[in-house]
Amino acid sequence: MPDLLELEDVHTDIGQHHILQGVSLRVRPDAVTVLLGRNGAGKTTTMRTIMGVLRPRRGAVRFDGRPIHALAPHAIARLGIGYVPEGQGIFATLTVDENLRVAMRAETAESRDRLRRALALFPDLERFRHARAGTLSGGQKQMLAIARALVNPTRLLLIDEPSKGLAPIVIEHLIGALAAMKEHATVVLVEQNFAMASRLGDDCYVMDDGRTVHAGPMAALAADQALKRRYLGV
Amino acid sequence: MKRAVPPLLGLALLLLPLAAIEPRTWLTLTVAGLAMGMLIFLVAAGLTLIFGLMDVLNFAHGALFSWGAYAGFSVAILVNGYWGWAASESVLANAGLLLLAVAGAVIVSCALGIALERVIVRPVYGQHLFQILITLGATIVLEELIRIAWGPNDQVMPVPVTFRGSWDVADVVILRFPVIAIALGVSVYAGMWWLLHRTRVGLIVRAGVENNEMVQVMGHDIHRYFTAVFAAGSALAGVGGLMWGMFSQSIRPAMGGEQLIFAFIVVIIGGLGSVTGSLVGALLVGLSYNYVAFLVPKAAIGVTMAIMVLVLLVRPTGLYGTGK
Repeated sequence: MPDLLELEDVHTDIGQHHILQGVSLRVRPDAVTVLLGRNGAGKTTTMRTIMGVLRPRRGAVRFDGRPIHALAPHAIARLGIGYVPEGQGIFATLTVDENLRVAMRAETAESRDRLRRALALFPDLERFRHARAGTLSGGQKQMLAIARALVNPTRLLLIDEPSKGLAPIVIEHLIGALAAMKEHATVVLVEQNFAMASRLGDDCYVMDDGRTVHAGPMAALAADQALKRRYLGV
Repeated sequence: MKRAVPPLLGLALLLLPLAAIEPRTWLTLTVAGLAMGMLIFLVAAGLTLIFGLMDVLNFAHGALFSWGAYAGFSVAILVNGYWGWAASESVLANAGLLLLAVAGAVIVSCALGIALERVIVRPVYGQHLFQILITLGATIVLEELIRIAWGPNDQVMPVPVTFRGSWDVADVVILRFPVIAIALGVSVYAGMWWLLHRTRVGLIVRAGVENNEMVQVMGHDIHRYFTAVFAAGSALAGVGGLMWGMFSQSIRPAMGGEQLIFAFIVVIIGGLGSVTGSLVGALLVGLSYNYVAFLVPKAAIGVTMAIMVLVLLVRPTGLYGTGK
């Protein structure tokens, strides 16, 4: 089966800084691909480049074989790519319901059905549907951010550090939800929590100094103590 | 409880001058202050949405205010010249002239706003210094174009008979035009509130004010909303200009720049991106300016600045700001 997403020698600058210095990766359909690496390795910049928020100065990003690196972020999203950014990116002054509705590109019977399924995945959100999103706990905000990405037809879901700042019990719940989501979409997960990454991931890439320095099955990395110590410090 | 603070502050400010001003004069000043506040609100509402959603510091907003005033003035002169609707005793004819003048102001300022956004603002998104320089440059060009088209001198704005003069209610003088201005301001606020809180477009705009990057990655073409908000904000500035011209019965090319300082103060007091904040801020400025201008004329502008400083000290994001 052809790769759903492919990055080929991508270089991205932020201001004067050359952050991505040749990132190449391939994402298989229906797999969970994990991006690992220390802080500042370029994981979030990679996600923002895929979404078109940052424009690469060199290289190519292809989705389903089609180049997307010159498209605007909204056009990339409309191809079926959902994005849950680091820090969730929820609209704190809007209610939970408004956050979900604003994410829908059209309020159709189909999107409402998808919303029902997303809420079934995160029952907590139903209870707080009319509360301001800013008043939710960290875990609930993360669930809202993920549910928001599921209300549109999504073929690829990019999730940036979903476990950051969450309590272990909430992370457990999140792992269950993300595992259930594998049924609906291909997932690219940026994660520093190695235990979580190794439980969810099928494939993995390790990034260091803006480059992909290792690629392979997640199980192989989990077994390679030397590589883990060298790039991840675990 | 926190949200009740601004209205309570407003009420206290409203009643405080009664200690020093005779009640009938206080009522007249209050109506004038509310009218001034509503007119400033028309300018500030557009400015706050443009800044909140697009992160654009639009110094050309004042020039659009002037263009709205001049476009409305030309329509009013034309309509009055053909049909004599300003001098007519008919309320319908008077209202018709006002509506046509408002339509003229909206069309011209809206078209200019769209042109400004597409041609000079779009290339400098995210670059505040360039935005200030280029919109200040646009202000100079737009004001000079007014001088070329209408001349550099003040023009007398025709005010329909129905809206001139005053009503005498229980020995209290209530000027008519300020009441019209207050009604228009309330209608515009109600319309904006409905649009922002009861429609899908409004929902996306409110989300965009908070985090426009997130709105884009959800699949919404934010530039379409940018243009629409810029056009709507410009139209409001144009209507504000026309109404201010009728309020003061004269217009001049630089009038927009003079009002822009009030609009910026109001936007800062109310909180960037908040329409309700702009309304509360505009009423605070309008009322305090009128009370203080009556009691200590030379301190009038100083007090509005003092209110801004005080609000920023207590709440740096403004009364209704989200701290974006």
